[in-house]
Amino acid sequence: MGLRTFKGGVHPYEGKELSKEKPVKELKPQGEMVYPLSQHIGAPAKECVAVGDTVLRGQKIAEAGGFVSAPIFSSVSGTVKAIEPRRVATGDMVNSIVISNDEKFLEVGFEPCEDYTKLTSDEIIKKIQEAGIVGMGGAGFPTHVKLSPNNPEKIEYIIANCAECEPYLTSDYRSMVEEPEKLITGMKIILQLFPKAKGLLGIEDNKSDVIASMQELVSNEPRIEVVPLLTKYPQGGERQLIKACTGREINSKMLPADAGCIVDNVATINAIYTAIVEGKPVMDRIFTLTGDAVMEPRNYRICIGTSCKEILEAAGGYVREPKKVISGGPMMGFAVMDVDFPTTKTTGALLCLSEDEVSKYETTACINCGRCVEACPENLIPSRLSKFSDHGDKEQFETWYGLECIECGSCSFACPARKPLAQSIKTMKKLVLADKRKK
Amino acid sequence: MSDLLKVSSSPHVRAKDDTSRIMLYVILALMPTYVFGVINFGLRALLLVGVCIISCVLSEFLFEKAVGKKSTVGDLSAVVTGLLLALNLPHTLPIWQAVIGSVFAIVVVKMLFGGLGQNFMNPALGGRVFLLISFATTMTNFEFDGVAGPTPLAALKTGETVNTLDMLIGRTGGTIGETSALCILVGAIFLILVGVIDLVIPGVYIVSFAIFIILFGGHGFDTGYLVAHLCGGGLMLGAFFMATDYVTSPITPLGKVIFGICLGVLTGLFRIFGNSAEGVSYAIIFSNLLVPLIERVTVPRAFGVVKEKKVREVKANE
Repeated sequence: MGLRTFKGGVHPYEGKELSKEKPVKELKPQGEMVYPLSQHIGAPAKECVAVGDTVLRGQKIAEAGGFVSAPIFSSVSGTVKAIEPRRVATGDMVNSIVISNDEKFLEVGFEPCEDYTKLTSDEIIKKIQEAGIVGMGGAGFPTHVKLSPNNPEKIEYIIANCAECEPYLTSDYRSMVEEPEKLITGMKIILQLFPKAKGLLGIEDNKSDVIASMQELVSNEPRIEVVPLLTKYPQGGERQLIKACTGREINSKMLPADAGCIVDNVATINAIYTAIVEGKPVMDRIFTLTGDAVMEPRNYRICIGTSCKEILEAAGGYVREPKKVISGGPMMGFAVMDVDFPTTKTTGALLCLSEDEVSKYETTACINCGRCVEACPENLIPSRLSKFSDHGDKEQFETWYGLECIECGSCSFACPARKPLAQSIKTMKKLVLADKRKK
Repeated sequence: MSDLLKVSSSPHVRAKDDTSRIMLYVILALMPTYVFGVINFGLRALLLVGVCIISCVLSEFLFEKAVGKKSTVGDLSAVVTGLLLALNLPHTLPIWQAVIGSVFAIVVVKMLFGGLGQNFMNPALGGRVFLLISFATTMTNFEFDGVAGPTPLAALKTGETVNTLDMLIGRTGGTIGETSALCILVGAIFLILVGVIDLVIPGVYIVSFAIFIILFGGHGFDTGYLVAHLCGGGLMLGAFFMATDYVTSPITPLGKVIFGICLGVLTGLFRIFGNSAEGVSYAIIFSNLLVPLIERVTVPRAFGVVKEKKVREVKANE
């Protein structure tokens, strides 16, 4: 079978070799821990501890603020020091629980599950909800909501997003190399919820070793199949992944469930495994610290809430002065002004680059070359949308399908005039959507 | 908090190609054509190419200086315009006329409309057509091997036979850059390989023109006649280097196809039924004018968006 993919996309420098080969290293935090109450899509969590309280690792410190929300757990033992606004990766100030870490890592008692096949669907979803699992690839959508579609019997495919198409990131890769059974078991747990569904592992072919090892592992699993994908950004975009794996297309107004699909990324499925089999809530994650400015680029297993600054120091700090530091990957990550911000459930990487390509280049006039059109995975005309955005023409922006933009950044990447196309389209999208909410 | 890092919106990486590199590729792709032009027509051709490039770059530079704008000559687009204009001139053209054509191309067609990316018409062709109208005699004085004579297309129009092999190689009279289909194709293949142009516009243009000639050329499916038409005049140069001008061609995929068909039909129309033997320049600048309209009706359907016909029907029933 040939490699599957979607139309459009770009091929940025992958940079994965920096951190790909080294095994994941455990990192025990020492400093204070910060847990923003809003680290998922939906209502912020509500704190259920007070300043001065002693907490254990694995203890719930914030309740879900609604159905579309998720609880938050302490990843260390210690004392609640403050509940106050703290700056997060996006630059926003978010109300956070600050815990001073006693470095003892005393845990609450976890209840492992001997045989998950005996659990009912409701029990599984309840456990996932109670473990605070959200989309750990970056979106942060509460997983229990995703796993409770309106018509569960219409779900035909559970797609594991193993594409990891963002350059430089290797956390999913390492986890698939080191603990593939977690992914497979996690997938089997989800499949138990949807008896008619088939499990697909969509893996880009730059991870051919993982494709081979996974194929081996699922050879006795009739309901799970490996789908080798062409290495191309944004192959791991939800809509692009669904297209590549099933041939189905969804637009901005649809959910994957409308195409009979549910997509979860590797870290999320691993978290489902940990929650159901080990009985542990979301406390840790694998984190890629990388970039040419870092002394030791590699993957770390970190306690969520650890400051990026601490991770960086533990890894030997900088080898050369960073010009740009990004929370996440280079295509969709957030540039940060300071590395002292807390890791959350969705923080998968810190990329430190010694050169800032963007400020190096000057924006020139659009020459209508159409490279953005070729790059756009959503079949849009980014140069035109950016023009409408500059002119404030909301009507034309919608007519040319501006709201379908998935903000992958491929257009800005490809533009020879170095225009910040994605940025202006994103801005306009926000304005148009805000207008719609007003109506 | 004194040394904060620089922040910007994602993405944080960029592809290597920028505008000046694309222009450089075009200049390189035209190399076989102008080298052949100089071999074919002598050093006067080289002089003309130099004059056009220098006048184009200089007029862009001076115009921007005069209106207080930042200089953009570094993007090399003026060099491309000068080069293409020169390749569209007979080598015998007086220097001062070439200078006027260059100034017109840059100042009137390009800069007055806002500079690179804003012109609605290909500047080099705008300049050529301006010269063709203004200095008809010198612009149609084609000498080859020191002898003035008709171009192969003009000969074809009057019913004479032409040597198609000579036309393919380019050993005929004509403008500096249009004669050798072979050299143009070599450059075009290079541009396709480096990803600067794709085959859609030139392909559709040439195919639809060929169909037009077969249907209305009066010779039916006569291969010799067809090849002469394809290699003759500015068709090859126009199809691969002028019609593909990003600025003045549609950006929508379907628009490119429609644009190509317009070019083919118009070129055929002008060549077969028009007064002159030539038609490419006019066909291209005429089609340039249609680009905004073509784009408007060819907005591509976004990924995953279904046609909303049913919704409309429901509304009509209400």
